[in-house]
Amino acid sequence: MTDGKDILARIRAARAGDPEAASRLLAEHPHGTIPAMARPADPAAALALFREKAQAAGATLAEVRSRQDVPDAVAEFLQRHGLPRELRVGRIDPAMPWETADLKVVVGAAEAADRTGFAEAFRGIAETGTLMLVSGPDTPTSINFLPENHVVLLRVRDIVGCYEEAWNALRADFGTSVMPRAVNWITGPSRTADIEQTLVMGAHGPKRLHILLLREGEETGG
Amino acid sequence: MSGFRDRARTALADPLLQKALRNVPRGFIAKRAKAKAALPEFEQLREEASALKAFTLDNLDTFLATFVERAQTSGAKVHFASNTEEANRIVIDILKKAGVHLVAKGKSMISEETELNTALQRAGMEMVETDLGEYIIQLRDEKPSHIVAPAIHLSRREIEPAFRQAHTELPSDRQLVEKEDFVAEARSILREKFRTADAGITGANLLIAETGSTVLVTNEGNGDLSSTLPRIHVVLASIEKVVPTLEDATTILRLLARSATGQEITSYTSFFTGPRRPGDVDGPEEMHIVLLDNGRSEILAGPFSDILKCIRCGACLNHCPVFGAVGGHAYGGVYPGPMGEVLAPALHGIGKVSDIVDACTMCGRCAEVCPMGIPLPSLIRRWRMEAFRQAQVSPVQRLGLKVWAWLARHPHLYALAMRIAMPLLKFALRWKELLRRIPGLSAWMAERELPPPQGRTFTAMWKAARRKRP
Repeated sequence: MTDGKDILARIRAARAGDPEAASRLLAEHPHGTIPAMARPADPAAALALFREKAQAAGATLAEVRSRQDVPDAVAEFLQRHGLPRELRVGRIDPAMPWETADLKVVVGAAEAADRTGFAEAFRGIAETGTLMLVSGPDTPTSINFLPENHVVLLRVRDIVGCYEEAWNALRADFGTSVMPRAVNWITGPSRTADIEQTLVMGAHGPKRLHILLLREGEETGG
Repeated sequence: MSGFRDRARTALADPLLQKALRNVPRGFIAKRAKAKAALPEFEQLREEASALKAFTLDNLDTFLATFVERAQTSGAKVHFASNTEEANRIVIDILKKAGVHLVAKGKSMISEETELNTALQRAGMEMVETDLGEYIIQLRDEKPSHIVAPAIHLSRREIEPAFRQAHTELPSDRQLVEKEDFVAEARSILREKFRTADAGITGANLLIAETGSTVLVTNEGNGDLSSTLPRIHVVLASIEKVVPTLEDATTILRLLARSATGQEITSYTSFFTGPRRPGDVDGPEEMHIVLLDNGRSEILAGPFSDILKCIRCGACLNHCPVFGAVGGHAYGGVYPGPMGEVLAPALHGIGKVSDIVDACTMCGRCAEVCPMGIPLPSLIRRWRMEAFRQAQVSPVQRLGLKVWAWLARHPHLYALAMRIAMPLLKFALRWKELLRRIPGLSAWMAERELPPPQGRTFTAMWKAARRKRP
């Protein structure tokens, strides 16, 4: 059994390195090349790109004007796919009156019997139509992976161009070098190409990913 | 021992394997080309990724120590393993201490390297692979033939009997025809395993020093279920997987999926940092990270250290004409294709795997597509030199190489020999069919086309052309 000191000593012997430059890199975390397509000109362009990329990855999208409208939008999604009017959520938000849409919600970590999970995204990344979700007491990770259907609420103003902007937003909220237990980048529903290199949707994670874009009366176009 | 040549011959004669391998060009190769073309900054990112990984390897002690410290701060337990036996022992100790019966496993090449599955079995634990490709080969009691697509060598015809034999609880007249049928069946079977597993074991595509996080890249979501639902999460990773910051991880992630499957990004990229936090309602109670060296700290000091930049995208396998002809099993080890030809001898010693470094035509496609800029053909050539130096080459081949080397150092004699040999060869090749029957030549000629030489030697033509110039 080793405590790693011997391994680290071998590594140190192999390469001299520059500890100062290494520490500086860790502290400054400079970014590399950000592709031009990941730098949309304005929020409207970011929204358009997010939509395009998320759809290309197999997600569906709908818009809601306020949190109050979310239950109806979810009910519509469930109805369209013939799903029971039941929902697993991470927390109860008084601004979202589930009962008005005749939805039965259960709070907490997801369970095997759950058909549909509802979550809120921390950010949306336009570059690839990726949702960024973070774990926490009100945002259990299991909701993102266990139920067959995943409905995610994303505020339009939380859409950023590239991954780097999302990291900076995370650092601003959680502190530098501090991560939530789980950060999930989710791009479209689950899939596999393990059989004859042909894509099949719905491997182990959700078969459907439905994104509700929340505008909350902002001035973003699109 | 059965060598690469024997296994390659078997592979070439296997019609089902040949059919499965024919999917690679229109699959991975075409998709990667499309993804690369859609990202004008691809080459620039490639240079940056290669440089950042070079800097990381130069300072691996700092970054690894920082990773360990920050992972521990987040509550993860970090274990170092010098070799594969140690790694397996550490994992089994963790599982035994926690009273684990059933393990849900995500895809991990390091677990293939340590042969963890066999070790778990011996320890009396039930382990189920949850990546669909890995699950299929587990049912068939095989090894993966590709580092990204483990069951790439199989077609539905071969998967069907394995499913029917294993899933006896399902109605025997069920349909298993379409790919969707197989995916749905595996999903339903594995759901129950996810639900009841006490521990999840996954690999890591990257380790981030800045935050102490492990990164997992998947399409299926099996890795996320394996690391979220069970009460223990064990991450197996080798020490060179570390990158300095979230931004550095991002640069590499922009290249990884594009190079591997041609996607811009996979469905799921997950960053795990420690176990369940106060107030959390899910996530593992314990998170363990097992860091495997297994000779890498020595590779770091030697001439093959560039292979430690590898991010296991599989692009070099997909684009290799030899891999495309014989598949991954012919290489006889965990890591096939060009990256395997460099890594396997570095891990096991050239003496044990000297024949796989011959599985290369020096065409250079692997180096062209490698997102980390690893000079694979040069490294393979270097291993050939090493094999020659260590007398791992057969006496006949050795003699041939020596004669050729001597001749090549004496240009006048070389030119003379060529002038004599060429017309003779041209003459002899008129009776190609006859030549095929000569013992010793027959095997060689069966798999090769030897075109008769046309006209004069290259050097003769070169000289003539120079004379013409004023």
